[in-house]
Amino acid sequence: MTNLELQKKANEVRKGIVTAVYSAKAGHPGGSLSAADMFTYLYFEEMNIDPANPKKDDRDRFVLSKGHTAPGLYSALANRGYFPVEDLKTLRHLGSYLQGHPCMQETPGVDMSSGSLGQGISAAVGMAMAGKMDKKDYRVYTLLGDGEIQEGQVWEASMFAGAHNLDNLVVIVDNNGLQIDGKVEDVCSVYPIEDKFKAFNFNVVTIDAHNFDEIRAAMENAKTTKGMPTAIVMKSVKGKGVSYMENNAGWHGKAPNDDEYKIAMDDLAKIDEQLKEA
Amino acid sequence: MADIKKIATRESYGNALAECANDFPQLVVLDADLAGATKTGVFKKACPERFIDCGIAECNMTGIAAGLATCGKIPFISSFAMFAAGRNFEQVRNSIGYPHLNVKIGATHAGITVGEDGATHQCNEDIALMRTIPGMTVIVPSDDVEAKAAVRAALEYEGPVYLRFGRAAVPVFNDEATYKFEIGKGVKLRDGKDVTIIATGICVDSALQAAEKLAADGIEADVINIHTIKPIDQDIILESAKKTGKVVTVEEHSVIGGLGSAVCDVLAENYPVKVKKIGMNDMFGESGPAAALVAKYGLDGEGVYKSVKEIL
Repeated sequence: MTNLELQKKANEVRKGIVTAVYSAKAGHPGGSLSAADMFTYLYFEEMNIDPANPKKDDRDRFVLSKGHTAPGLYSALANRGYFPVEDLKTLRHLGSYLQGHPCMQETPGVDMSSGSLGQGISAAVGMAMAGKMDKKDYRVYTLLGDGEIQEGQVWEASMFAGAHNLDNLVVIVDNNGLQIDGKVEDVCSVYPIEDKFKAFNFNVVTIDAHNFDEIRAAMENAKTTKGMPTAIVMKSVKGKGVSYMENNAGWHGKAPNDDEYKIAMDDLAKIDEQLKEA
Repeated sequence: MADIKKIATRESYGNALAECANDFPQLVVLDADLAGATKTGVFKKACPERFIDCGIAECNMTGIAAGLATCGKIPFISSFAMFAAGRNFEQVRNSIGYPHLNVKIGATHAGITVGEDGATHQCNEDIALMRTIPGMTVIVPSDDVEAKAAVRAALEYEGPVYLRFGRAAVPVFNDEATYKFEIGKGVKLRDGKDVTIIATGICVDSALQAAEKLAADGIEADVINIHTIKPIDQDIILESAKKTGKVVTVEEHSVIGGLGSAVCDVLAENYPVKVKKIGMNDMFGESGPAAALVAKYGLDGEGVYKSVKEIL
């Protein structure tokens, strides 16, 4: 896909996120929107997957370690054709297959249940190990929050991945700088992120999370790097695309009301207009 | 009695894993720097390409196992019960239990028979923790024969299983040639009309010894081995309780949440009778030789005998 096509898709993914969280009257829009371009790139460009056969043996795998941003994953999966986009409105509803956090038994395309922070990366490491043991060439991607890397298990998993030279693993950190209680550096600084992963034998790339050229280059860099896993630290804007949500920790886990929903969808419609003219 | 063979169930565990390696090509064994103690080292020697040492990081090991299971492997993760079930509880619940992944947890050094290491390493809470997880099967083998059979049964079963093994050598009383293990099926070891003794793990042997002493006093005890705490065999418990009207449970575990509680759940809802629970009474253990601790806390044949006499 061209960057313009990816940008258009990402905007659709963002509309799905906002609509899902609005319909649920709960959920996590901020971190879903900050990672929307990455979700889009992974599911529309990067990963070897088949929506018609979600459990295909040699598919690439994705683990949403920051599971609270399920609306982002669900919107990408829906837009990619795993299930109807219309169903995003059932998010968090009683009986819905779109649970508040990803559930692999309920939702087509979800490779691992997640949501308890720090655990998804370990599962991704296990998938990467299985690939190495079976000499398969599928790749494994996992997305973590920058607040999430305060969890010690993240570093247990990173130590293992680095020690086992898992070059089929890509760990992506969504560095939007905000967690529930405020800025990550104020709550309990995670910085420098890059040096930490380097110390665990990772190839580390820092990119702008909203620039598809940089995302593409980072993924290529990861694929050509042998003998070590890659960490992509992506500098992002929490709430990206919705004016009043951008860089606002208050929108970590809150749903827009009727008026706010309208503004959000207007914001995204304006982006559509800009992309049309591009 | 001197020629009774004694084997620690952790030895049986390691041996069983190695014996199952060829029959289960998807089997992968993970450990957290305790392969020598948990005896997964036996498997490592037989099958090094399917052994993963995760280092001292049990929570990560659990997640890795979950990831391996999603790719079709059958991982067995091993550590001491304290870490496999205790430190790891939430990882087991959310990364294995919730997605109902086909991961087996081989927890060794359970209970006070850890001995000299003392209370920090004597896990008397693991059965309680593990049986609260929806869909988790919990198995506590009583001897070498049962432990080996349980490992194979766990591999044949699809879904998460917690298996509890001990550090200390314990008598082998089951007959390998005739013993049949079935998950969820209790085993009647002795028939009696006066009292029911239900035991699990290494305490099954204590129950048998107590029954022997009781018989000398003219008291006939029904002795039941509940190797599967969950799903528990309701029928065998109710049938015996209806016959004797008195039940004693024995376990190397807290009386809160373990075998005794599971038996009480069954009886309270179906056929209430008086129950005495023998186990660790809401307390931590301490350092000492395993046999001395078992005696001190009333889990040996003599202790069980005395407790049964109290309820009669």
